Amino acid sequence: MFRVTNEAIDLQELVRFVSDPEAGAIATFIGTTRNHNDGRKVIALDYDGYPEMAEKELARIGEAACKQWKICRMAIVHRLGPVQITESSVVIAVSSGHREAAFAACRFAIEEIKRTVPIWKKEVFEGGEIWIGTQTGEPLAQKDEG
Amino acid sequence: MKIKVRFFAILRERAGAAEITRDIGDGSTVADLWQALQQDFPKLNVAGIRLLYAVNQNYVSPDFKLSDQDEVVFIPPVSGG
Repeated sequence: MFRVTNEAIDLQELVRFVSDPEAGAIATFIGTTRNHNDGRKVIALDYDGYPEMAEKELARIGEAACKQWKICRMAIVHRLGPVQITESSVVIAVSSGHREAAFAACRFAIEEIKRTVPIWKKEVFEGGEIWIGTQTGEPLAQKDEG
Repeated sequence: MKIKVRFFAILRERAGAAEITRDIGDGSTVADLWQALQQDFPKLNVAGIRLLYAVNQNYVSPDFKLSDQDEVVFIPPVSGG
């Protein structure tokens, strides 16, 4: 399951999807909207994305993870549109026979999402709004937006 | 040849459009298209921005040669997650 959505993400749906009789572990990662960034008081994040390509890139991340670790199943869902404080912007679930692979693949997936998937966040803060990652700097700059 | 261009994020706001069709000469590269679009939409020239190029939903290098009916997206530094 590799998709983008304008709806709230249901963690349990991903966990159910990766559940597997061969699995001894399921690792999940949830990216959430926090109320501050870079000294600004954040009101919400508003995500834009190139949906067709974003889903292809998410699937590519899944394939890369399967080559690198012995994992059973993987699911990534990224939200687009406005995401309020404390809500989830991205959820990753990975199942594997043993915990090491699930943790590692989960970490790999979120780092790759931040590097390659065509999704952009606009930060709406008190006094303005700004596209994150569009300023001068290296392409695909890693921002501390965890 | 006719190229479909879709704009996202800051470039959609700068272009004032989400999608356009642009005629460009045979043999043009994706970088040529970007140059042409900056003439059409001067506001697309965001100071210091570094773009990646995607054709038909795959990343390509700037010298990628376009074909009729390709879908092109210029990708500002991504910030998902």
